Amino acid sequence: MQRFVWGRYWSVVKKEIIQIKRDRPSLGIALVMPLMLLFLFGYAVNTDVNDIKMVVWNQSPSAVSRELVDQFVNTHVFQVTTVVNGYQAIEAMLDEGSADVALVIGPDYTRLRDRSEPVHVQMLIDGSDPNIARTATSHAQLIVQNQAITLQEEKRQKQGMGELKPPLGLEARVLFNPNMESIVFNIPGLIGLIMQNVTMILTAFSLVREKERGTMEQLIVTPIRPLELMLGKITPYVGVGLFSFCLVLLVGTYWFGVPVKGSISLLVTLSILFLVTTLLLGIFISTIARTQLQAMQMAFALILPSVLLSGFMFPRDSMPVVIQWFGGLVPLTYFLEILRGIFLKGAGFEALWRDVVGMGVFCLFILTVAILRFRKKIE
Amino acid sequence: MSVAIHCEQLTKRFGDRVAVNNLTLTVPKGSIYGFLGPNGSGKSTTIRMLCGLLTPTTGKGTVLGFDVMTQSEEIKQRIGYMSQKFSLYEDLTVEENLDFYAGVYQLNVAERKQRKKELIEMASLMGREKQLAGSLSGGWKQRLALSCALLHKPELLILDEPTAGVDPVSRRIFWEVIHQLADEGITVLVTTHYMDEAQTCDWIGFIFFGDLLAEGTPQELIDQRGGGNLEDVFIDLVKREEARQRGEGA
Repeated sequence: MQRFVWGRYWSVVKKEIIQIKRDRPSLGIALVMPLMLLFLFGYAVNTDVNDIKMVVWNQSPSAVSRELVDQFVNTHVFQVTTVVNGYQAIEAMLDEGSADVALVIGPDYTRLRDRSEPVHVQMLIDGSDPNIARTATSHAQLIVQNQAITLQEEKRQKQGMGELKPPLGLEARVLFNPNMESIVFNIPGLIGLIMQNVTMILTAFSLVREKERGTMEQLIVTPIRPLELMLGKITPYVGVGLFSFCLVLLVGTYWFGVPVKGSISLLVTLSILFLVTTLLLGIFISTIARTQLQAMQMAFALILPSVLLSGFMFPRDSMPVVIQWFGGLVPLTYFLEILRGIFLKGAGFEALWRDVVGMGVFCLFILTVAILRFRKKIE
Repeated sequence: MSVAIHCEQLTKRFGDRVAVNNLTLTVPKGSIYGFLGPNGSGKSTTIRMLCGLLTPTTGKGTVLGFDVMTQSEEIKQRIGYMSQKFSLYEDLTVEENLDFYAGVYQLNVAERKQRKKELIEMASLMGREKQLAGSLSGGWKQRLALSCALLHKPELLILDEPTAGVDPVSRRIFWEVIHQLADEGITVLVTTHYMDEAQTCDWIGFIFFGDLLAEGTPQELIDQRGGGNLEDVFIDLVKREEARQRGEGA
């Protein structure tokens, strides 16, 4: 009695396919929603900091001070919004958020520069968004430093001492994402997140719907086995999910210009494993929830932690170890590593096998729990 | 006399509420057993325990020789069940519903074709094969549900208020089918509120507040209890039991 009967499994698959085909709105959502979400989030989730709003108080207007301000503007990181006089105006603008940073050039700037004496300029930074503050600080530092080196060189040349040779230099080369564009990092993650959310909700409803409509009662007086029913139910959705995944993949590659460096077949194979895992997670929700509303709430209760713990938003390395363990309980964590590895680094199986094992273990675990949870009873 | 269903002191409690109390019942093979009782008396709970949908709290029961506690999967392969509420897929057609259950009961291609044809004829569903089950009217739905329950040629058919809310003509057709099945040797356990239906059963069991109050052939019950027909017996039993319970409570 314990054996798996393919005929029964196949009947469930056929029945589900017919039902999916008849339920056009749901099918539409399953196929179109990931695309819409990718377009939406692809633009929204952008951590690149450009056009930091800068207010300037130049107390020593001259060619040299204007040159310094131009240096800031030329990087495209800073954008001069206003020119003011006095700290009061600066504070007001920082308070209301119409400026992120303020550049203050002192009254003796031109005089000291002309005499080639050391001089300081001040920058006030709104630190409430650390990301913006960090970018502003490092860029401002770089700009001023470069300017300082240029001045030093000019001075030496005047004195006839020849070119300045720095004794130590750093030659940094950024791999995988040389322009350090956040979109390149975010698109693969978004694809994983979107696929997880859409597919989990698809199956979270499936068993509950049968409970609500009363069809479950008839089904459980038949000899069908829980494994046959569950696998039968997710099989068509693997197809739907895979189709949707390919659409999203095309948009990510061609619209957002984030090409896949690694093997597409490996990516698709591992994506199927991920789809099966999230679909089973949906089935698991379905075995607990009594109504579709409850299933929806449970799905959302899982989505939020997966966004935060998986490393989609914040790097996992900087999380406390305990939180990292919790992240290990989220299948998306493994899939993000896989996606980013294949997309950005062109990683192969030998680099990703740990994540594949992690996801596989999770998949089997959730299948077992779902089967144990699912009783062929109506209590 | 060989036995299709036998249970002894079957009890089901939901928390503090006793739904079925020490029920002892025997259904002979090949008979139609009418299970009567007011709403909420424990009929559906009993039936669900026999089908393996609910686990009895205490007691023993066998269905077709299999234990209801431990062998519910063996039982499920051999019984046909139809619940009060229409529980087929409304978004599938008549034929797709039959195909699905034929697959679930592992009928082979030849059997499937033959059984489908037989059952569609039996239920007079010819010409409606492509119609969505949800768009059928009450009587048709019930006959489709019966067809699905009969696909795998069960030895025992368990029907929970199959004719509730069905028009008299459909009711008549339905019962003709039930009698025909009994003639073919299938045991039928059926609950109903219609006394004209109960009258035609071979055996009657009367349940109230989870207790089996009376059992016998319809004629025996009428003779024992006096009164002209089963309806009088039914009302008399309910009144007496209610009076007894009030007496206990006072």
